Amino acid sequence: MDFPTQSSPYLPASNDVGQLMLRVSLALVPGALCLFWFFGWGVVFNLVLSALSAVLAEAAILALRGRPIRPALGDGSALLTGLLLALALPPLAPWWIPVLGAAFAIVVAKQLFGGLGYNPFNPAMVGFVVLIISFPLQMTLWPPPTGLHEGHALDLGETFRLIFSGATPDSHTLDSLTMATPLDSAKTQLGLDYTWSEIRAKPLYGGFAGYGWEWINLAYLAGGLWLWRKRVIQWQIPVALLGALGATALLFHIGDSDTFGSPLFHLFSGATMLGAFFIATDPVSAATTPRGRLYYGAGIGVLTYVIRTWGGYPDAIAFSVLLMNMAAPTIDYYTQPRVFGHRDK
Amino acid sequence: MVDLLQQPLDIVGGLRLAANKAQSLRSPLRAAPIPERLIVPLGQHIGDPAEASVEVGQQVLTGQVIGRSLNYIGAPVHAPASGTVCDIGDYPVAHPSGLKATCVVIQSDGQDRRAETGLRMPAALAADPADIRQRVRDAGIVGLGGAGFPSAVKLNPGREVELLVINAAECEPYISCDEALMCARPEEVIAGIRIMQHALQARQVVIGLEDNMPAAFDCLKRGLEAVGETAIRIMPVPTVYPAGGEKQLIYALTGEEVPSQGLPADLGIVCHNVGTAAAVARALGQGEPLISRIVTVTGAGVREPCNLEVRIGTPIAELVAACGGYSDQVTRLLMGGPMMGISLTSDRLPVIKTTNCILAASDAEAPAPAAARPCIRCGKCAEVCPAYLLPQQLFWYAHARDFDKVQDYNLFDCIECGCCAQVCPSHIPLVQYYRFAKTEIWDLERQRARADVARQRHEFRLERLEREKQALEARRAAAKKGLETREKSGDADAKKAEIAAALARVQARKSGQAATPGTGAPDDSANTSKANR
Repeated sequence: MDFPTQSSPYLPASNDVGQLMLRVSLALVPGALCLFWFFGWGVVFNLVLSALSAVLAEAAILALRGRPIRPALGDGSALLTGLLLALALPPLAPWWIPVLGAAFAIVVAKQLFGGLGYNPFNPAMVGFVVLIISFPLQMTLWPPPTGLHEGHALDLGETFRLIFSGATPDSHTLDSLTMATPLDSAKTQLGLDYTWSEIRAKPLYGGFAGYGWEWINLAYLAGGLWLWRKRVIQWQIPVALLGALGATALLFHIGDSDTFGSPLFHLFSGATMLGAFFIATDPVSAATTPRGRLYYGAGIGVLTYVIRTWGGYPDAIAFSVLLMNMAAPTIDYYTQPRVFGHRDK
Repeated sequence: MVDLLQQPLDIVGGLRLAANKAQSLRSPLRAAPIPERLIVPLGQHIGDPAEASVEVGQQVLTGQVIGRSLNYIGAPVHAPASGTVCDIGDYPVAHPSGLKATCVVIQSDGQDRRAETGLRMPAALAADPADIRQRVRDAGIVGLGGAGFPSAVKLNPGREVELLVINAAECEPYISCDEALMCARPEEVIAGIRIMQHALQARQVVIGLEDNMPAAFDCLKRGLEAVGETAIRIMPVPTVYPAGGEKQLIYALTGEEVPSQGLPADLGIVCHNVGTAAAVARALGQGEPLISRIVTVTGAGVREPCNLEVRIGTPIAELVAACGGYSDQVTRLLMGGPMMGISLTSDRLPVIKTTNCILAASDAEAPAPAAARPCIRCGKCAEVCPAYLLPQQLFWYAHARDFDKVQDYNLFDCIECGCCAQVCPSHIPLVQYYRFAKTEIWDLERQRARADVARQRHEFRLERLEREKQALEARRAAAKKGLETREKSGDADAKKAEIAAALARVQARKSGQAATPGTGAPDDSANTSKANR
């Protein structure tokens, strides 16, 4: 009797890329629900537009490159890029913001470098940075979180019209419908010489890290911990990132608690948890050695603090991730683990 | 100084795999029938193959030498059954690339008439270690755990031995031949271990097995008590694949790491498989050379999985037949386990000394490989690597054929256990890439060595040509000088002298040629070195 041959090992595979991507997407659900609860229908439009554009862009460019489309779409990586970008975008941004960002992320940041596994930079963050540099105004269109509305809360139809035609409901201007995020407003007001204690007394500051945002960050944290338990991500990057960010913030806050925000504020505001568990952990563009991941995460944490505090942008996860992406290959080379049998006597 | 730990360690990395050993351990160990035709390869182990010492048509007895080995790293081959040598030629053997090798084919006469081997050594425990080694060598014993390294060599480590490790941690799923052996013949195992300890003059002995073999543990323990042996320790190690790897087992038992590119002997440790120990006991106790071994025949593709005592050279199809034949589910045939075994093209191939398992696998047990996707550098491979390597980086550089970088990342510390490929979410056949990179590097090294030899030869040749040229010039100068002095010596005997000088020149040229052969044909040597390149 004759048999087909192959290379060892032969046991059925125990992991699958598509399954990993699916789990990451699932872990985003609590955070996304929180975001929707506090910021309304715009979040849903962003998710749909961004995910759809990402997948279509992936299909189109694969067709152009003459590569098989179905397996690449089946791995869910394009969808995940779209979702991650969408969760970082302001909910009232015009429709072309998510579309452009997702398309740029997939076409330029991912496929032009060779597709999945070959992109040196995190595609979603490249898309985000292109948008925030090119369209700073549109990228500030955050509505007030539910519960802090002074005037009008947009319903589904109004949000649709605003996003697709720019039409605001009667007697409202775009300005009256939006509000600075806690990170943004804290930055502005610290610049106006308000003290940190004055700022934190405002309702926008919420319980400890910004009204609404603290819950959103807690939800991402929960999703991230689930990913760690399911062994989809390893602990090094999130722990190093949060540890470095918290430690830096603590240092400055102790030094001058009037001018520098509290560590809790930095840890639970803005995109910190989304970045720590879902973005910085993108394996393709991150450092891959266990020790290297610690340096990589810590680098992102420190850079995030620096850019948030002294830089020109309210949040800094995207820039920090991209900057550390550049360093990842070098970090990997110098942090190789000690191989078995190479013990120094 | 090496000492055993009180509590064995967990190995680094590794996988907890479903053992799948119960199905083949359900029925007791029994002997497989001797087949009509046995195909015995002359090379069954690391080292040079043996040379056939019989002729076609010759009658042989069971245990008679049919292949002699002249090299130190080598082992003789014996007739596994009595009968007639009906062919000596190339037959397909178990090899990843389906290569053929020289085999002696024996037509069994069905009588199993035994030859007097002279291997028996009644007082082995008082014998000279050198004598023991010689008999182990003459018995054709090689490591039965996998690689098949000649055991006599490993009984002669050339330094003091602190610890003899008997490897009974059969870590690959499905394989249960060592467990079956320990349960069925503990006394044989123990006798072999005592002989090995004596041959090595080892200070300590430990049997390392996995903690999921309680039956084997009990049998060995009772066996040790029965002979009053207290110096041999049995240590169960945590069941994690690949805890049975030599380096891994030594680490689990002692906490010591065998140095990279080194041997256990560098630590004063020698490691032998438990089946090898039993083979030593058989050879020295009963005078039986290595003509049979225990093989696990298992998998959903075979009807009655079990362990069989099999004569070397038995075609696999005969083993499967002895186990009730194939079931409908069989899709793949493996020699060895599902992590490191060889995938076989056919069941006509023979069992050899290192065949521990025949796995007739169903599609569910060993599915066709899924299409490989790009590496996403998730690092799952690095988490399970028992050598602390970075398989994702090795893959990246092996894929890019960057053979310097791949060695920077310590490719040669890879033991090819397959854990990385098993967990890879992109289904990349990682081990295949590492084997490819290793063979390419070995090939480059061979080419470099050949080029070095060629360059040396070329340089020597240039040197020699230069030497010859100078010698010639010196002779010419001498002749010229002679001529000048003769011209000065006047006309009286001019004619006579001229004739004498001419004769001398002819003589000089003749003897000069004889002294420097090859000057006339410098191209010859150039061609030779080219041909050798």
